[in-house]
Amino acid sequence: MTRPLVAIRSVAKNFGEFQALKNVSLDVWPGEVMCLIGASGSGKTTLLRCINQLATIDAGGIWLDGELLGVREQGGKLHRLSEREIGRQRLKTGMVFQRFNLFPHKTALENITEGPTQVQWRKPDEVRAEAIELLRRVGLAAKANSYPAQLSGGQQQRVAIARALAMKPMLMLFDEPTSALDPELVGEVLAVMKELARTGMTMMVVTHELGFAREVADRVVYMDQGAIVEQGRASDVLGAPREQRTRAFLSAVI
Amino acid sequence: MKPAPALADGFPDLSGMQIAREPHWFRWFSAALILLVLTAIARAFANGQIEWSYVSRFLTAKVILEGIVNTMVMAVLAMALGIVLGIVVAVMRLSPNPVLKTVAAGYTWLFRGTPLILQLLLWFNLALVFPTIGIPGLWSVRAVDVMTPFLAALLGLGINQGAYTSEVMRAGMLSVDIGQYEAAQAIGMGRLRALRRIVLPQAMRVVIPPLGNEFIGMVKATSLASVIQYPELLHNAENIYYANSRVIELLIVAGLWYLLVVSILTPLQMLLERRFARGTLRLAR
Repeated sequence: MTRPLVAIRSVAKNFGEFQALKNVSLDVWPGEVMCLIGASGSGKTTLLRCINQLATIDAGGIWLDGELLGVREQGGKLHRLSEREIGRQRLKTGMVFQRFNLFPHKTALENITEGPTQVQWRKPDEVRAEAIELLRRVGLAAKANSYPAQLSGGQQQRVAIARALAMKPMLMLFDEPTSALDPELVGEVLAVMKELARTGMTMMVVTHELGFAREVADRVVYMDQGAIVEQGRASDVLGAPREQRTRAFLSAVI
Repeated sequence: MKPAPALADGFPDLSGMQIAREPHWFRWFSAALILLVLTAIARAFANGQIEWSYVSRFLTAKVILEGIVNTMVMAVLAMALGIVLGIVVAVMRLSPNPVLKTVAAGYTWLFRGTPLILQLLLWFNLALVFPTIGIPGLWSVRAVDVMTPFLAALLGLGINQGAYTSEVMRAGMLSVDIGQYEAAQAIGMGRLRALRRIVLPQAMRVVIPPLGNEFIGMVKATSLASVIQYPELLHNAENIYYANSRVIELLIVAGLWYLLVVSILTPLQMLLERRFARGTLRLAR
């Protein structure tokens, strides 16, 4: 029996008084492309950030590839992992940010090689060759020596995807990857993501691009007020939603 | 003056006309006035009781040249100590550990809160507090032998500079977008590696102008070490005028040297800024 790559169980996360996640449970299966949709503040981005531990959860547990994230159970208590161990766990996930967050003082190529050489301590020659191949995959082979400021938003986001892929993650997390882009640049980023989905990468995508969700997602999860309201096949959730709140959201965005 | 020929639709034809150069009478007038004042000041000094021959004679005297070398050695070493301390303290200040945070804040409070000259005198007179320094029973030295003017000046200036530099560094690190920390974490970097590889290089661009300022301040602050007998420029100039009573002449000699050094430092700072501006739009285009 296959086990879920990500198992989220009864996760809660609070920011002060605000409950960002309330008792969320979810499985992500290997090779699955999951799109998380919902209004801003619904908790979808927070859920993604909890999976790669940019945010720490207040209750519940998240298992990635069978390993409990962020804490270790010992003597009936949970002990936080050291920064080093959390860093090691993070290597299993790649994160793509809404605002790209490329390192502005490094070229496109250096952005991609930074993690493999400085964190994984792999051979620079080998990493460089892989980085050039990744740039080719995202259609930016000619921009290897450009600085982020010399690239368009769409190009920057494609470099950011390549940077995340360079760590050879088993799970890719996308946090509204096209929300900060000019409309005419959205397509090129989505194309790269579609290509990635085709190769069998497990992906969790927080997005407002319902067209992309319909076309690429194996499953769509609709969240509202920190909870999962409805999930299922893209055609079902987007085409024939069962819940009233899902219907209201969809009619508002389309 | 004949009016410009009109176009068919009645508007004047402006094609081929140039923008006139304005005479700027007031600029000419004010510049002349300032020149006049400067000339008057120069004349006053020329006719005042200054023996300019002493100035030119002592400008390249061996003792003065040694003084300027000592000044620069001290400024560079103390600034280096200050920058190292400043980075360490700024990182401590921004760490989640409350002990490190408090220690860092306390250090800044103590060394910014007391006059530099007082700190120099304290270091120099440390032997009054601790006649011997060392590990009891194992090893010890007499404090007066260790605490030379050089060491006292280095510790006094460097540790004081560290307190100021830490705030400059902290400002630089805070100026780096939080997304940069997150992106560094997302590729598995720990806090210190993210600081060294990602945040500090970007902070440098911001901190170099204020650090240049601090270094220029340091060059001049070394003159305070004259009170603890460190043979820097001002101290040596004073020693000469104690002997020959040419007070103003030697102060002018020292002043000219300080001006020269600071004038050389400014273009050096611009070179450094360009080095750390990699990837910014201004350079990229």
